Amino acid sequence: MKLLFESGSTGRKMSYLPACDVPETELPKKLRKEPPRLPEMTEVELSRHYTRLAKQAFGVNNGFYPLGSCTMKYNPRINEAVAADPNFLGIHPLQPASSTKGCRDALALAQTLLCEVTGMDAITFQPAAGAHGEYTGLLLIKKYHELRGDSKRSKIIVPDSAHGTNPASAAMVGYGVINIPSNAQGCVDMEALKAACGDEVAGLMLTNPNTLGLFDPNILEITKLVHECGGLCYYDGANLNPIMGKVRPGDMGFDVVHLNLHKTFSTPHGGGGPGSGPVGCKAFLKEYLPSSLMGEGRKPHSIGQVRSYYGNFGIVMRALTYILTLGSDGIPASAETAVLNANYLMQQVKQYFPVAYDHTCMHEFVLTLEKTKHDTGVSALDVAKGLIDHGMHPPTMYFPLIVHEALMLEPTETESRESLDEAAAAFRAISEKVVSDPASLHNAPLTTPISRPDEVTAARSPILRYQFEN
Amino acid sequence: MSYPNELKYTKTHEWIKEEGDSLLIGLTDYAQKELGDIVFINLPTEGDAVTAGSSFADVESVKAVSEVMSPVSGKVTEANEALADAPEAINEHPYEAWIIRVGEITETEELMNAQEYEEFLKEA
Amino acid sequence: MGNYLPSTPQEREAMLKAIGLQEINDLYHDVPESVLLKKPLNIPKGLSEMEVREKMRGLAAENRKFDTILRGAGAYDHYIPAIVTSVTSKEEFSTTYTPYQAEISQGILQSIFEFQTMICELTGMDVSNASMYDGASSAAEAVMMCLDRRRGTVLVSGSVHPETIETVKTYCWGRNVEVFVVPVKDGRTDEAALSSMLNEKTACLLTQQPNFFGQLEDAAHLNELVHMAGAKAVMAVYPTSLGLLETPAEQGADIVTGEGQPLGMALNYGGPYLGFLACRKELTRLLPGRIVGQTKDAQGRRAFVLTLQAREQHIRREKASSNVCSNQALCAMTAGVYMAALGPDGLRQTAELCYHKAHYFARELQKIPGFVPVFDGEFFNEFMTGCPIEPTLLEERLAERGVLSGLPTPQGMLWCVTEKLSKDTLDDVVKIIREVCAQ
Repeated sequence: MKLLFESGSTGRKMSYLPACDVPETELPKKLRKEPPRLPEMTEVELSRHYTRLAKQAFGVNNGFYPLGSCTMKYNPRINEAVAADPNFLGIHPLQPASSTKGCRDALALAQTLLCEVTGMDAITFQPAAGAHGEYTGLLLIKKYHELRGDSKRSKIIVPDSAHGTNPASAAMVGYGVINIPSNAQGCVDMEALKAACGDEVAGLMLTNPNTLGLFDPNILEITKLVHECGGLCYYDGANLNPIMGKVRPGDMGFDVVHLNLHKTFSTPHGGGGPGSGPVGCKAFLKEYLPSSLMGEGRKPHSIGQVRSYYGNFGIVMRALTYILTLGSDGIPASAETAVLNANYLMQQVKQYFPVAYDHTCMHEFVLTLEKTKHDTGVSALDVAKGLIDHGMHPPTMYFPLIVHEALMLEPTETESRESLDEAAAAFRAISEKVVSDPASLHNAPLTTPISRPDEVTAARSPILRYQFEN
Repeated sequence: MSYPNELKYTKTHEWIKEEGDSLLIGLTDYAQKELGDIVFINLPTEGDAVTAGSSFADVESVKAVSEVMSPVSGKVTEANEALADAPEAINEHPYEAWIIRVGEITETEELMNAQEYEEFLKEA
Repeated sequence: MGNYLPSTPQEREAMLKAIGLQEINDLYHDVPESVLLKKPLNIPKGLSEMEVREKMRGLAAENRKFDTILRGAGAYDHYIPAIVTSVTSKEEFSTTYTPYQAEISQGILQSIFEFQTMICELTGMDVSNASMYDGASSAAEAVMMCLDRRRGTVLVSGSVHPETIETVKTYCWGRNVEVFVVPVKDGRTDEAALSSMLNEKTACLLTQQPNFFGQLEDAAHLNELVHMAGAKAVMAVYPTSLGLLETPAEQGADIVTGEGQPLGMALNYGGPYLGFLACRKELTRLLPGRIVGQTKDAQGRRAFVLTLQAREQHIRREKASSNVCSNQALCAMTAGVYMAALGPDGLRQTAELCYHKAHYFARELQKIPGFVPVFDGEFFNEFMTGCPIEPTLLEERLAERGVLSGLPTPQGMLWCVTEKLSKDTLDDVVKIIREVCAQ
């Protein structure tokens, strides 16, 4: 595939803008010495370039996408149509309040609905992604302890099965991390938790169901223990999908929660964003929420601001459309079906590859190919790449870190029984290959525009931009 | 895999070579194989203090990062800057690719000889 | 009930049987009985697509959309060629996840690599990452890149966008780092004050070009002072202006960041926007977030991959350079299509139109008594004036005529003109303002 910089030719251009219709002014003294080497091409070339690139991308509409922990459900088209309303798109963030009633009412409505779903009392939409939400939520916790004069609290408890963003976010707010091991059932080791609780603990970050897809049955005791030692409880909402409308983080004892609207609430992921990571909290933390300095003004106890204005508004509108569509009946039905689909798929796939924790799962489950690799040399990576040749997106690989040779599958509720059966058939076909021709899997995929790229060279001698010849 | 007799070894898979008042620290053949292709090393700077039982550098492979631990307390008198440009030397010649030279040593952890290290690897 | 479930109740029943369960709630047996919801959530029942569309359209209609926008202050109303939206609405791009599987993601990876290249070209920097959330958070992350054991305090010019300053302060408070705001003199960073504030603890200075008041800073000189003190120069820039103005590299910046919204994104009440972050080669490994690199596959074909991943949170966890995971990939693609569509000529034309029209409007406005410029330095397309009547009254009167006025600020009215406004429109606005002030 040619790059943009290898297409077009000098002097080609398009006519998007009119000629200057005002008297010209002398230009400033300091101008750039060389023009940027941007592409020079006509629209037809540009259009075809991106159509070619689109053929080398795999979206939810291209096939089954069981990427664990990412909740790759169908992205309804109506969400896009609504968000493209010119009366949303054309609104400047610093317009006078009298002219933005629609935006503000829509955000307020989204806030009310999401508070009910999570069992929280207030929500901010400023965080732009899940990790940004984690960061914001931890700042609320930091502010809470700081204003109470409880300066000793400098540690966050994080289970070893947590998303990598959890400890990274803790470090960004200056907190140390206490890693808690998982027990034999894949849940929080209660003895280790008890030992970790103390007057240095600022809080706990937990995702429940966890990254193994298991709902921690001790959840009420966990949050109680943390509260008793003076810490607060943070709910990582990345895995909210299987429990929305069934059980609420607020009722499980959590004080702060972030949501990933681009997972649970069906907004498209865009190849890595824009997402939206709203943060909800209980009433006692409300006054610490961030606000837009120029839009809403500074609030005395606020943590300040984590980005400009009101967050990824357009993404919130898509999620709002989705919540209104599902409603009080569609939300639990979607959660239940996500869980049913995961268990149905697990039941079939575990005939071919072992499940790390064989227990009723929630939205996802994790396979372990440790024995397969030991016995046959076929790794989780090989199986993942083999699945590509069966027309599906591979599961999440090598995560969570506590499972060796892990493959994590999350089918979501928007897959039909047939598509789950087809996926299971693909796993069966690969398991047969593992026995009959293991070497062939090392070369998979065979049906893609490129074979496995050399990641070692990419990292050792990074080429991070196009190298122009002159 | 080879473990030269003239070197000492740690349980965290570093080798140590004593040279007069100072010593060199590197990663063992076993360590480099476990890590896979090393793509980057974060070196300390000359003059940094190292503490027995603490990390003084980290090495990255494509999808993992691993700390390099010091079995001694002292001062970094030299870091192998050549590794910054060619970290693959650790994979290719683990016992030539020393990482740091430590001087002013005040404390040394218990070390294994080659035979003990090989036994240790078998048990693990 | 509206939903997107393909399976019918009968099929779900059959699937439940297939896994040996009786009823749906058997799947939730690990959830303590006391917290399992016994009644539906207290929100409305689901709606049909037609009803939802009508409800959302009704909400949007409560807004007042202005045809003439003379307000910028961080969000800019530029013309967006039709091809931009057409490309980014392709479902293969919009519905895909982060490109972890390179073999089926070359399209996304290549588009990011092209974006990184174009940001480098625009700013003069060596390396760019794959995007950040927005200009403000990106500036904060840029500042974080400069901190080390020896240098742990941050300087931010008071002429930087107020919400960016606010965001930098939040990030610094999070990391327990001290931040000081450098005073402003005559609408620009006060050089004497800066000199007295720089010391051996200073990690960096963050400036904005053009600054919040629209003024062009003497950034080359500021950055020289910063470098003399051994600190790093971080610049937040308005990408459109770089079609014309000196690059941050030419002004001595070490790290360049900015709000990418002007590169093809709608105003959208503040988001989604795009942060961009680029730096000199030596600082590459300090960059947060995703980076795409070029390599080869087994057959020697060019291929693109996410690279330098061992810096990131999913590997380094609490020792990562940042927690960034999802960024604003589709917005980066938007900016990429926009820059490719405009090309070097189109970008320069956009910048020149902004410049000439803003200066024309400023001259015409000054003919009305009371609209004196607050600062007398060079500007690009934003400038500040006094206001002879109550600023919010002027704002209101103009709004009634479909015009979003300059932004009332404590220092004056901050006006912004883009290529979208014709001479006729600008003349009309001046006429309206004259009438309003005469009343």
